[in-house]
Amino acid sequence: MKQVRGTSLLVKALREEGVDTVFGYPGGLVTDIFDELYLQDAIKVILPRHEQALVHEADGYARSTGKVGVCLVTGGPGATNMVTGIATAYYDSVPLVCLSGQVTSNLIGDDAFQEADIIGITRSICKYGVIVNERKNLGKILKEAFYIARTGKPGPVLVDLPKNIMVELGSDDYPETVNLRGYKPSTKVHIGQLKKAVDLLKASQKPIFLIGGGVNIAGASAELTKLVDLTKIPVVTTMMGKGSIDTKHAYYLGNVGMHGSYAANMAITECDLLFSIGTRFSDRVTSKISEFARKAKIVHIDIDTASISKNIKVDIPIVADAKEAIEAMLKYVKEHDTTEWLKQLETWKASHPLTMQNNQGLTAKKILDHINETFNDAIIVTDVGQHQMWTTQFLELNENMKLLTSGGMGTMGYGFPAAIGAKIGNQEKQIICISGDGGMQMNIQELATAVAEELPVIICLFNNSSLGMVRQVQTLFYEKHYSSVCTRRRKACDLRCSGSSDQCPVYSPDFVALAKSYGAEGIRVTSDKEIGTAFEEALKNTKSPTIIEFIMDKDELVLPMVQGGKPLYNMILEY
Amino acid sequence: MEKRWISLFVENDIGVLAKISGLFAGKAYNLESLTVGMTEDETVSRMTIRLKSDDETFEQIKKQLNRCVEVIKVIDFTNSPIHMKELLFVKIRKCSKGDMEELYRIAEVFGVSIIDYDPESVLMECVQTESKNNDLINLLSSDFKTIEVVRGGSVAIESISKTEW
Repeated sequence: MKQVRGTSLLVKALREEGVDTVFGYPGGLVTDIFDELYLQDAIKVILPRHEQALVHEADGYARSTGKVGVCLVTGGPGATNMVTGIATAYYDSVPLVCLSGQVTSNLIGDDAFQEADIIGITRSICKYGVIVNERKNLGKILKEAFYIARTGKPGPVLVDLPKNIMVELGSDDYPETVNLRGYKPSTKVHIGQLKKAVDLLKASQKPIFLIGGGVNIAGASAELTKLVDLTKIPVVTTMMGKGSIDTKHAYYLGNVGMHGSYAANMAITECDLLFSIGTRFSDRVTSKISEFARKAKIVHIDIDTASISKNIKVDIPIVADAKEAIEAMLKYVKEHDTTEWLKQLETWKASHPLTMQNNQGLTAKKILDHINETFNDAIIVTDVGQHQMWTTQFLELNENMKLLTSGGMGTMGYGFPAAIGAKIGNQEKQIICISGDGGMQMNIQELATAVAEELPVIICLFNNSSLGMVRQVQTLFYEKHYSSVCTRRRKACDLRCSGSSDQCPVYSPDFVALAKSYGAEGIRVTSDKEIGTAFEEALKNTKSPTIIEFIMDKDELVLPMVQGGKPLYNMILEY
Repeated sequence: MEKRWISLFVENDIGVLAKISGLFAGKAYNLESLTVGMTEDETVSRMTIRLKSDDETFEQIKKQLNRCVEVIKVIDFTNSPIHMKELLFVKIRKCSKGDMEELYRIAEVFGVSIIDYDPESVLMECVQTESKNNDLINLLSSDFKTIEVVRGGSVAIESISKTEW
C-alpha cells in the first residue's frame, strides 16, 4: 500500500471534498501542512491578518457559496483566536471545518510551547470537535468532519492535528463513506404530521408564515415563494430568514422581533395560526414568551429537534429539512381566503411604515435606498449594530440580492472579513459591506488581505462617532448616561458629555487616509447629495477595496424597538 | 421539579465525559449524579445520570443529549422497570464497645457487609438503592459522631421481567 505523510492525506482529503480555497495562517505547529500546500496548485491559500477574521472569511465564503469553509491555523494563540469566529458560525449554522495545529502527541499535557486544549475550549461552540489520536484514523476523521459540518443542521467542526501525526507515514486511503452510529441526520418529513399541520392551516382565519434562516440554508426560496403564491398566506421573516422571499412580494410584511416592522409584530400577535419554518425562536424574535403569538396555534418545522418546543411550546412539531417539507406541503395546500386578514395587515402596514425619525441630511435609509436602486446582483454583508438593523429593515432582497449577517452571536468585527470571504467565493458578484465605525475597527487589518487578493469590496462605513446601538439603549433606558460609547473621546474630554459635536477632537483614525495607507481607496461623504457619486467612484476601483465613510448623526435611533422582556406588540414607535 | 433518570450510551472516547458534563454545566441543567463505565463493547460507555428538572427542561435535555455526535442512545429510565443500585462505603470511627455492637446490628438489619474493622472502627460496604443508602447515612450520622461517607452514584439496567423496580 502507498505510504504517505499525514499532510499529504490531508491535502488529498481537501481535494476530494471539493475544497478550492483554504483560509490559513501559518505557525510552528502547521508548517508541515503549509509545505504540502506549497507543492500543489489546486487549492488556493488565502492569508488573512488575524485568525478571528480568518474564520469570519471562511464563514462568509461558506454562507455565500453553500460550500464548507475551511480554516487552517496553528495551535495556542492561533487556535484560541478562532474562538469568536467558531461561535459566530455555530450560532448561525454555518458549515466550517477548522483545522488547528497541536503539539506533538507525547508533549500534550506538558504545557508545551503553544499548547492549548482547543477541543476543550470550543466544546460548547462546535458541532463536533476531535483530536486525531493516531495516524491511521486521520482519513476517517477528516471524512467525518466534512460530513458532520455540512449535513443536518450545519455547523463548525474542529479537528486538532498533532504535529507528529501530520508527518507520520501511513495509508493514503480517503474513505468514501461515513458511518457514525451517533449521528444519523434525517431530513425526511413525516407526512402524517404535515397533513395535521395543513389541516390547521385550512381551518385558520388569520394564518401567517414565520420564516427563519433554515429556509435560506436549505435553499428553499423558490419553494417558499410557490407556497405563498399558492396559498395567499402572508409571510414574516426573522432577521436570518430575510431574503428567503422577495422583499417586494405582495404578501411579505417584513421582519419580526426587537426591531421588526409594526405590521409583522402585530401579525404575530393577532394571528390564529403561526406556521413557522426553520427558526429557533430566539429571544430577539419572541420577546416576552407568554405574550408571543398568544392567540395562535403554532406549527414548527425545523431540522433540529432541540429547536422545537425549546423556547416556544408548539402544537404540531415537524422535524424535517425546510426544502423537503415545503415541497411536500405543496401537494396538500390550496388557495386560502385571506382577504379580510390581508386588509387588516395592510392597515397596519400603512399606519406604521418603516421609516427613520429624521429624513434630513445623510441617513442610513438614503444610503440603503441608493443600494436598492443601483445594484441588482450583489451580496450585502453587515457588521453588528444600528447599521445592521437599518440594513435588515430597508434593504430589498430577491434571488440575486442576498444578505449575510451575524445573527445569533451578534459578533462585531464580522462584517468586513465575511465580505472578503463572500467576494472570494463569488468573484462575479458585487460585494458590499455595511459596517459601523466600531465594528470596522475590530477587524480593520483585513484591508491588507483584501488589497493583497485584489478584492474590490465596497465598504459603506456608517461613522456616527459612537457605538450606536449601545448609545441608543442608553438614550432610551439609561437617562442618556452615555457610558463608554463615544469613539471620538480623548483623555481631556468631560467624562459625562452628551456625545460628539463639531467642537470635538478629530476622529481617530482618519479612515480615508488609513484606507490609502493599505493601498485601498477611501472616500468621505458628508452630505446626501454625494451618495451617488461616491458609489460611482467606488465602482471604478476594480483592484482593491474602497471605504466610503459616511459621516452620520449620532442621535438617530433604530425604531420600532421592543425592549427586552416586553411583549412584541409593545413597540417604541417614535422618540 | 422532579427526579429523573437517564441511561446514556456514548462513544468510549477522550473528552466525551467532559462533553456531557459540560452540556449540563453550560446550559444550567441540574445534574445530581453521573456514573460512567465501559460496556460489553469496549468502544461504548454507558452513563447513568440522575437529574432534577421540570417536564419541559427534561425534554430539552434529552434532545440536547441526542444531538451530540458522541451520543449513541438516550434512554429515559424515569418510569421504566429497572434495577438500580449504588455502592456506598461508610467508615465509623471512635466507637465504644456498645457502638460496635449497635453497628453490627444495623449491618444485619440493613443487609450491609462489614468488610474491615479494628477495635474502634468499622467499615461498611452497602450496595442498595440510593434511598436506602440515604436512610443508612441518616441513621448513622444521628447515632455516631465520626463517620466518613463515599458513594459511587447509581448504576441502572432494565429489568428482564419488566415488573420489578
